[in-house]
Parts: sequence; structure tokens; C-alpha cells
Amino acid sequence: MADQENFAEDAMPLMTSLYSGALRMTRNPADAEDLVQETYLKAYRAYGRFEAGTNLKAWMYRILTNTFINSYRKKQRRPTESEFDADEIYLYNRLGGAEGAVLNRSAEDELMDLFGEAEVKEAVESLADHYRIPVLLADVEGFSYKEIAEILDIPIGTVMSRLHRGRNQLQKRLYEFAKDRRLLPDVQAPAVVGAMAADPSTPNDSDDEI
Amino acid sequence: MELPCDPNSGECGEALRDLFVYLDGQLTVERRLVIKTHIDLCSPCLERFSFETELRQVIAQRCRETVPESLRLKIAEAIGCDPAGVLPPCTEGDLPFM
Repeated sequence: MADQENFAEDAMPLMTSLYSGALRMTRNPADAEDLVQETYLKAYRAYGRFEAGTNLKAWMYRILTNTFINSYRKKQRRPTESEFDADEIYLYNRLGGAEGAVLNRSAEDELMDLFGEAEVKEAVESLADHYRIPVLLADVEGFSYKEIAEILDIPIGTVMSRLHRGRNQLQKRLYEFAKDRRLLPDVQAPAVVGAMAADPSTPNDSDDEI
Repeated sequence: MELPCDPNSGECGEALRDLFVYLDGQLTVERRLVIKTHIDLCSPCLERFSFETELRQVIAQRCRETVPESLRLKIAEAIGCDPAGVLPPCTEGDLPFM
């Protein structure tokens, strides 16, 4: 069991990670600060129950995520989260082939040039919670499927399917940004256009299970 | 092995189906090796895998925030540590105005 005296030393270095995650979840700095502070205080009080030697970041993320789901998410005014299906490896199919050639996309650093900080953040934040959080945990924080399953208390298969859909949706958002900036030719993608036009009143069935 | 790359079938289709899981480092050793061997030989597939790798790096980097100093101080104070790590722990005698 972990010694509470060591908590500050062990947990303070994780704050950048936790704050980054909190800001993507809450979508605003004031709530993110409150969420991180609440997470640290809960973790500090419970540190005696943390098993030393196991993954502290995963343990703290579990507290952060549960706190977010139980209190912050409810009071948030959220943008409309539309559900849609993007096809496989969406962005590559749009940027990688002939269209990529239009952009003369070849050098290693060009994707970084193509998508600025504000756009990437907005694209991530546009995802519904049950996609956004697994994508953050995997792609930003580098947690394994098993760790994400434990943090979110969902089966590994669910983690994988949400990551898959979430990533494809994220890529579609990024493509829309690039297209809106007229950086890309307006290429028709029938399957996706069809999915986009889906009834916006489609119930968001999994809104309460993350 | 001079067949054109078809992302919807054959070895290429199978490799692309496992693309995310491969990049997540979550495939079995055997499966990972099969895909590694394939993308080493199939340059269109390699390009797709490289694109996804690069995209993840962009997303991770763009989502990294700087913690406000006021928050760091507030939390450090609440859990009883010195955030700068340079001052010794306070004892009663060290406190000013006492």
C-alpha cells in the first residue's frame, strides 16, 4: 500500500497529463481546474488504498474520469453531439492518394502543419463522451486497452470498438476543417455523405455509459 | 507478390483491418510479425500505416496543455507539499509572523 507522505512526490508530475485530459473532457478551463483539483484531493485521501507499484497515472485517471462522469458532465452545456459513421481510415483515404498529391503532401512534418492546435482540440472535443474519452486515453495518454477498460469499467471489446469509431469520426472532423479552409478539393464520399445526412434526432443510445 | 495493393481484400485488407490495433501495440507477437512483414513489402500499406502514426503524433502533441501555475500551487498547498521542491518542509518556527 502506498504511503500518503509520498503522494505529492508521486502525483504532482502527473498534473500536465491530468489537466490536459480534464480540459478535453470539460471543454473549459474553469471546470478543468476544479476537476483536477477534486481528483488530487480524492486521490490524496485515498492514497493509502493505492497499491504501490501499480500504475498511478491509470489510478488517477480513473478517479478523474469517474468524477467527470458523475458531476461535471451533468452540468455541462454540451454542443450537439451527432452520431455518424465515418468510413475506414478516413483521413488517409482523403489526403493520402490523389488528393494528397494536390496538396503535395510528402514531407514528414506536413500533417502537423496542416492541423493546428485549435483545430485538433476542437475536433477531439466534438466527439461524444463515450468516444472522446477512450480516444484521449489511448492516443494522447498512451494507455493500453486493458488499462482503459479498467479506467472506464467497460469490457476490452467495447474499448476497441469505441476507439475504432471514435478515431474514424475524429479523422472526419479533421478533414472537414481542412476542407473548410479550402485546402482540399471538395471530394464526394457517397457513403459518408449519406451517413452525415442521417436523422439528427437519432437517439444517442450510449450517452450514459462511457 | 507483384499483385497491386487492394485495401479491401487479401493480405492488404487484413493488414489494414488490424491497423489501429497494430499501432496500439496490442496484437499478438505472431500477428504483429505477419503485418510487419507485409508492410515492409507493400509500400502503399506502409504509407497508410505511416500516415496513421504521424496523425497520432499530431493529435497527442496538439492536445498537450500547460497547467496554470495557480492550479499547481493550489493543489500543492492542499496536499501539503512545496511545488518548487526547493524549500524544506515548514516547521512552526519557520513560519513568518510567529
